[in-house]
Amino acid sequence: MSAVAADAPVLRAAGVNKRFGGLQALADVGVTIRRGQIYGLIGPNGAGKTTFFNVITGLYTPDSGSFELAGKPYSPSEPHKVAEAGIARTFQNIRLFPEMTALENVMVGRHVRTKATALGAVLRTGSQRAEERAIRARALELLDYVGIRRYADFQARTLAYGDQRRLEIARALATDPKLLALDEPAAGMNATEKLSLRELLSHIRSDGTTILLIEHDVKLVMGLCDRVTVLDYGKIIAEGTPAEVQRDPAVITAYLGGAHAPAPQTIS
Amino acid sequence: MDTFIQQVINGLVLGSLYALIALGYTMVYGILNLINFAHGDVLMVGALTALSSIVLLKAQFPELPGWILMIAGMVVAIPTCVVTSLVIERVAYRPLRGAPRLAPLITAIGVSIVLQTVAMLIWGRSYMTFPQLLPSDPIEMFGATVTVTKLVVIGLSAVIMIGLMVLVNRSKLGRAMRATAENPRVAGLMGVDPNMVIMITFAIGASLAAVAGVMLAATYSVAHFYMGFMPGLKAFTAAVLGGIGNIPGAMVGGLLLGLIEALGAGYIGELTGGVLGSHYQDVFAFIVLCAVLILRPSGLLGERVADRA
Amino acid sequence: MTLFFPSLRDKPAAAVAATFLLAAVLIAAPFIVGTMGNAWVRALAFAALYVMLALGLNIVVGFAGLLDLGYIAFYAVGAYMYALLASPHLTSNFPALAAMFPQGFHNSIWMVIPLGAALAAFFGVVLGAPVLKLRGDYLAIVTLGFGEIIRIFLNNLNAPLNFTNGPQGITMIDPVEIAGISFARTLDLGFVKLPSVYLYYYLFLILTVITIIVCIRLQDSRLGRAWMAIREDDIAAKAMGINVRNVKLLAFALGATFGGVSGTMFAAFQGFVSPESFSLMESIIVLAMVVLGGLGHIPGVILGAILLSVFPEVLRHTVVPVQNQLFGHVIIDAEVLRMMLYGLAMVVIMLYRPKGLWPAPEHGVNPSTRGSAKAGAAG
Repeated sequence: MSAVAADAPVLRAAGVNKRFGGLQALADVGVTIRRGQIYGLIGPNGAGKTTFFNVITGLYTPDSGSFELAGKPYSPSEPHKVAEAGIARTFQNIRLFPEMTALENVMVGRHVRTKATALGAVLRTGSQRAEERAIRARALELLDYVGIRRYADFQARTLAYGDQRRLEIARALATDPKLLALDEPAAGMNATEKLSLRELLSHIRSDGTTILLIEHDVKLVMGLCDRVTVLDYGKIIAEGTPAEVQRDPAVITAYLGGAHAPAPQTIS
Repeated sequence: MDTFIQQVINGLVLGSLYALIALGYTMVYGILNLINFAHGDVLMVGALTALSSIVLLKAQFPELPGWILMIAGMVVAIPTCVVTSLVIERVAYRPLRGAPRLAPLITAIGVSIVLQTVAMLIWGRSYMTFPQLLPSDPIEMFGATVTVTKLVVIGLSAVIMIGLMVLVNRSKLGRAMRATAENPRVAGLMGVDPNMVIMITFAIGASLAAVAGVMLAATYSVAHFYMGFMPGLKAFTAAVLGGIGNIPGAMVGGLLLGLIEALGAGYIGELTGGVLGSHYQDVFAFIVLCAVLILRPSGLLGERVADRA
Repeated sequence: MTLFFPSLRDKPAAAVAATFLLAAVLIAAPFIVGTMGNAWVRALAFAALYVMLALGLNIVVGFAGLLDLGYIAFYAVGAYMYALLASPHLTSNFPALAAMFPQGFHNSIWMVIPLGAALAAFFGVVLGAPVLKLRGDYLAIVTLGFGEIIRIFLNNLNAPLNFTNGPQGITMIDPVEIAGISFARTLDLGFVKLPSVYLYYYLFLILTVITIIVCIRLQDSRLGRAWMAIREDDIAAKAMGINVRNVKLLAFALGATFGGVSGTMFAAFQGFVSPESFSLMESIIVLAMVVLGGLGHIPGVILGAILLSVFPEVLRHTVVPVQNQLFGHVIIDAEVLRMMLYGLAMVVIMLYRPKGLWPAPEHGVNPSTRGSAKAGAAG
């Protein structure tokens, strides 16, 4: 699996600014995520969470910012290089390859860690065939890991919503990431599904993969995350453990718009 | 060797025609995100029907002055083109509105081919002469030679384009068109019938193409079943050059492309030391197309396409 | 065989038998069809050539989802390359060359094929690099433009230096030669005589089979999956580490290579090339074969190519006599009818069967309707 220096943070981003026309979507945002953490990024709608995600995964170019992955600087200018460097993401609106099977979707995830070329494919060399077998085996393993092995040969678009989310996670894990970045993985799920997702994510953490999570479900975040950053209008308004952040008056105001007694609620 | 002014005038003639045709492409793309591949062939239908009616009228009424015949030709061409265009929209494009982009493009190509083959059947394959209707004596102007036809092309196109701008910017219909082009669903909520607006857009584009077709045939004195292809392609280039979906952009793009082509063709011999001659004229438009799409895909004046997310 | 008929997967004996049967039919075909005249065998040979072209375009349009309306340009590159290197044209127009090569240019096709493939791939990369990032319909128009530019250059590069001989084209191109046997003459094997056109048919058949195998292998590989991922969602593909730009370029270049190789074969077969054979209509016809047959589905594309290349021949031989019988003269020329039917077919198929005549079978079943049945066979 990925090798990360024990003390270097998996991801360090600092001073990230992004402006869209007249709107300052991100103002001096930064995070430090340590190995083995589940790190949450929360905030009201429009706070800039997905923008930040898109910046660190290369979909948007920031106006400024410095980025380090596992101690090495990286410049998130091209999404495929970001994946190669070790950040794998899922999408808020689920972006699977709908006509391909679940298995094929996960196999595509192995692309970045494998190297067979066109020539190898045409000649069916020994090493190409071995690599194909390994890709297939690992993909099945990952489908099993997230719990949808039985849907391996089903077209991705025919899967139930919750299973599609799991598939997206499996696909991201296939890239052997140093950091798994999940954009609202629990959106649209009911309570039971969220519980299972929570188990899966804990499992992933205990197996050594670091997770960065955007979520709206405050209860889920509080129960799962080791540390949390709260964004509002593109700025960081709080950072710390879930318990600390929950009590922070600025956070309460941002979510509820006024002085309220602190109480954890599920805000959907 | 023609003078610079001569080339400029030629460029304006060509450019005016391109502008008229480009407007059809740009308006349809602005609303539907669709390249109406068959637009050039609608132009051809206009030119050929005009030709047939002019020839018929001339045979019946040999004393009719040329300009009346010209107008008669346009009067026949415009409704023919409008009907053709509306039928195409209804049969080939409307059913595919939600489909992936590839589908309507393929049907558009298919329609284009069908139009050409029908034209081949009706009018045959050979080039036909478009009669000289307007006086052809050359007129000296600003050191260049022009004919009445060329002046009519430039003048009529200008009038039409001004008229269109007034329609789009100052009338209720124009507002409806602009609203539908920006966001069809919301426009619908405001009481605009998007299908009606789309049909009107096609109709306007087709009328412009009809006029352009007749004038094209008159300028070059020739008409045939394949005459719409090149001008269509170049006009599309002009639309992209100006900014697809952008009406003033189509006009600017058309005129600019005409000038580039005329000047380029005129001077290419000198520029390349005689290696390349003016038969490479068509290549200019393609070079412009590639350059625009690669370097500045939103065009000179910016693109305006529907929010179809 | 199981690719074509997945239901045969469980019956290996039947699959093998079907394969042998098909092989027998293909080998016997020219003899059967040849009884109606050599023109029909020619049609079969062209069908094989079109299958190769369609499979090449399928890599670009079907696998990678890039609409190329100027594909025929690569065919032209291959054809002209062979024409120039294996005909008297260059030596008769450039005395310097004639002096250097007193025997004339008779380069063996087996040497020219790699050159043609390389040149076509080169053009593919040069054309593709700047434009592959454009959105679908723009890409289509630009590639159309490129195709036309190539044709215009071929038509006009006859002055001041006569490279391509302009609209008249290049004639007297050498036929294919294998182990000293020229394909221009009938081969007498003792028990059977194989006329020139039969030889070309068998050669093209072998090449077609190789092409099919290559395409299948590409499809079921890491690269094939990358192409499909790009076609389905290129943002997600990028997020998964696929270098979309390079992978698209590879599709373009490989497609171009297929076109180039087919082009050299075409030049040798026909003995003559001119810009007329490489018009926009030809690009559209090959695209129609891919789309009508079943975009991205190899068996469908093969079917589309065979149907659309053989059908016009059938048309040509029936439409004219039928019209003569009914009307006393020909109202609709076979050529025009052929074109019109292509156009109508494109419209009708897109409206009613947009996935083509033989699309990829949907693999997987809706999980909620599965019941106790096992998941469907993967395609």
